[in-house]
Amino acid sequence: MKAQILARLQAERAAQRPVVLLTRMSDGEQHLWPQEALPTALAEAARDALGREKATNVDLDGETWFVHPHNPPLRIIVVGAVHIAQAMAPMAAPLGFEMIVVDPRRAFATEERLPGVTLRTDWPDEAMAELKPDGRSAVVTLTHDPKLDDPALDAALRSAAFYIGALGSRRTHAKRVARLKELGHGDEAIARIHAPVGLDIEAVTAPEIALSVMAEIVAARRGAALGEPRPLPAPQDGRVSIGISA
Amino acid sequence: MTADTTQSEDILATAAAWKAAGEQVAIATVVETWGSSPRPAGSRLAVTASGKLTGSVSGGCIEGAVADAAKQAMATGAPQLLDFGVSDERAWEVGLSCGGKVKVFVEPLT
Repeated sequence: MKAQILARLQAERAAQRPVVLLTRMSDGEQHLWPQEALPTALAEAARDALGREKATNVDLDGETWFVHPHNPPLRIIVVGAVHIAQAMAPMAAPLGFEMIVVDPRRAFATEERLPGVTLRTDWPDEAMAELKPDGRSAVVTLTHDPKLDDPALDAALRSAAFYIGALGSRRTHAKRVARLKELGHGDEAIARIHAPVGLDIEAVTAPEIALSVMAEIVAARRGAALGEPRPLPAPQDGRVSIGISA
Repeated sequence: MTADTTQSEDILATAAAWKAAGEQVAIATVVETWGSSPRPAGSRLAVTASGKLTGSVSGGCIEGAVADAAKQAMATGAPQLLDFGVSDERAWEVGLSCGGKVKVFVEPLT
């Protein structure tokens, strides 16, 4: 590998742009896509490898090329520097996610409470406008406070985020849904929200809830059925139902 | 601060830093796997002529042989495509006992 190719590859990755390194196995000749124009067969293999997040080999004119995709990092944007966020933080990096925590309450959003996490103390609407969640982003709201959660969910619903989760009981969520509808979101958009957040593992403690949320995010990322949002039961006019109902 | 999201990210940065510090560096990449190989295609290992090593291309079974090939690649300046598998005597020597097969591309950083 030429140092110059390595430098260009690293620059693309630092700028969080998707890039594919193609290497000819016979002599080590290398190209970067889409930064360089390539024969259609190679460009298509490169595009496909990025989409599938999987390295592959492709044969062209008797030569084998190794097609090695480098996607920008996956991100988890969490609103609320709360206990659950603290428990999620050490799981995020090993699972391949950069974690960003947004919380304007400076007493919560401290480096001490959340080491190794990107902290933002601006308001969620401003933070989301800058973070621009994309198809490789998950957004999770954990504050229970509509002033903080709603603007983040509003922005997330307008984005291509692959996962949107909101902490709160079914009752809290029913009220939230009503508010989001007032902001102009339809049923289909609102159905993207995972609420109650996390896989149903009867989680009780903050680390258990963090585990259930991380597992659900991984399921969504990997396209597992478990990662689909569950349909919400109809709200029950404030009554709490207990036990098994038909 | 930005967390590194995959192992291969550290490895390229480390390789670049070694090179910048005047070391001779080679990069090995898993380019194809069959069966139960421990590291997926795209996994990287970087080594220096002085013996520094980061990353991995297997569960540890072929790293030694790959490092040897890397030294050669650094000496000659030419890349090599290595083939390890159960049917390969060399692989048996180095002990790819998981029963998988793996191809590793070794290239000098020039």
